Amino acid sequence: MGRWRLLRALVCALVGIYLVAPLVVVLIISFSSASFLRFPPPGYSLRWYENLVRDPAWMDAVWVSIQILVPTALLSTALGTAAALALIRGRLPGAGFVGAALMAPLVVPSIITSAGLYIAYRGLGLNGTLAGMVIGHVVVTLPCVIATVGSALRSLDPRLEAAAATLGATPAAAFRRITLPLLAPAVLSSMLFAAVLSFDELIVSLFVGSARLRTVPVQMWSNIRGDFDPTVAAIASLCFLVALIALALEALLRRRNGDRE
Amino acid sequence: MEAGPVNGRRGAGPWLLLLPAALVMLIAFALPVGMLLARAFTHPEPGLQNFILLWERPVYLHVLVNTVMIAAAATPVTLILAYPVAHAMAHGSPRTRRLLTFLVLIPFWTSLLVRSFATVILLQRRGPLNTLLVNIGVIDAPLPLIYNLTGVLLGAVQTLLPFVIFPLYSSMRRIDPTLMPAALTMGASPVRAFLRVYLPLSLPGLMTGATLVFISMLGYFVIPALLGGPRQTMVGQLIQDQVGQLGSWGVAGALSFVLLAVTAGLLGLLHRLVGLKAVAR
Repeated sequence: MGRWRLLRALVCALVGIYLVAPLVVVLIISFSSASFLRFPPPGYSLRWYENLVRDPAWMDAVWVSIQILVPTALLSTALGTAAALALIRGRLPGAGFVGAALMAPLVVPSIITSAGLYIAYRGLGLNGTLAGMVIGHVVVTLPCVIATVGSALRSLDPRLEAAAATLGATPAAAFRRITLPLLAPAVLSSMLFAAVLSFDELIVSLFVGSARLRTVPVQMWSNIRGDFDPTVAAIASLCFLVALIALALEALLRRRNGDRE
Repeated sequence: MEAGPVNGRRGAGPWLLLLPAALVMLIAFALPVGMLLARAFTHPEPGLQNFILLWERPVYLHVLVNTVMIAAAATPVTLILAYPVAHAMAHGSPRTRRLLTFLVLIPFWTSLLVRSFATVILLQRRGPLNTLLVNIGVIDAPLPLIYNLTGVLLGAVQTLLPFVIFPLYSSMRRIDPTLMPAALTMGASPVRAFLRVYLPLSLPGLMTGATLVFISMLGYFVIPALLGGPRQTMVGQLIQDQVGQLGSWGVAGALSFVLLAVTAGLLGLLHRLVGLKAVAR
């Protein structure tokens, strides 16, 4: 078995490097002093980060992204949590089918959803508006919230509520005092997930946005497709950093959830 | 399944909780996608001319076939790389599991665009990978790693790996770890024990992962646009061109129709083979 174990370790190492190496390279290049993407860089500087902060196009894009991300995360979490509660605790006939139907945006290619939204928005004048963007982002993020909160609800023991009821709590009180606190970490982590997904979303924003309403990924997209300099590497590194922070926060929430179970 | 509320206090409440999400999905997802698909049959005039066009114009058919071929090439590569990693996560030490989970979660949380851009830099003609390979003497001259099929596959497999590793891991974790030693004591060779005992048990996870990889790859758009050349154009890019630049809704609708039909067909097949529960996780 020794040979096989060695082979397994080798593939794991290879895959680990393959998954992380590109991001590390971008991180290093973002600190380059040269205006070309040579690796390793001839020297190190913060000029591309300065460039980023000074360029109004990038700062506008960050602001647009935040304006979309905040309402998207809030709306998506509220709608998704309510739907997950109904689907798992509601004892609705046909809940399985409805639940599967709500997951559809995960398997329908994003390009189809986006092209559809663009066509539907044309008649309504919603293309190039913040509202149109938020609606599109909610559609893309909602399934993830329903899945995250749903799986947490499924692992929650329903007897806890029953026990609270036996002890004299009304259903509303049992929900507020028992279910909700136990569910809170999952709800928060789904909100985080929705925010990250919205911040990363490219294709919906590409179709529904406009030259004046550009998110960070759209701005990156148009830069990468032209002649790009390490400024893109700087913003990509910041996005990577945001992802790492989100990952750490999520792990923290998960740990808290685990402690309580 | 119980029909209706079991205890009287649950009445319209659950429906009201479900309603907002269902309405959003109906109005902002099902309806727009339906409108796009309907254009296939109505634009510019009613009929099947858009589908006939897809069949008759070599460009369209070529891109459709290309898309399936690229997805078919990426799937086995992803599975072969993912399998040992999931195995190590499922049966390795807790430390190995934690480390690998972390390594797989990093790209999972980083945007596809950022990762694709990173791969663009890595694979440049004078990029880090080529420099490394030349310096250690594996190759004499830089390899063309990008703006071709190699670039698309290297980029795609990287983004697809987490989607296979996690379902595989969760199905492998349920496999009794004493089965393999048992088969070995009964005289089976390691290879035979693996092929006859372990592989069949991990098949549901493998098939779920394969289907997920294949269908997500069919809809890929960012990766072929950034890492491929003109010959690696995929159907997603074609749909964007038709809608964005050409305004040919009909063709875009027909392409979307074909793409969705293939996706739905594959999901249906997977459902028949392993059950929808495994798919929905």
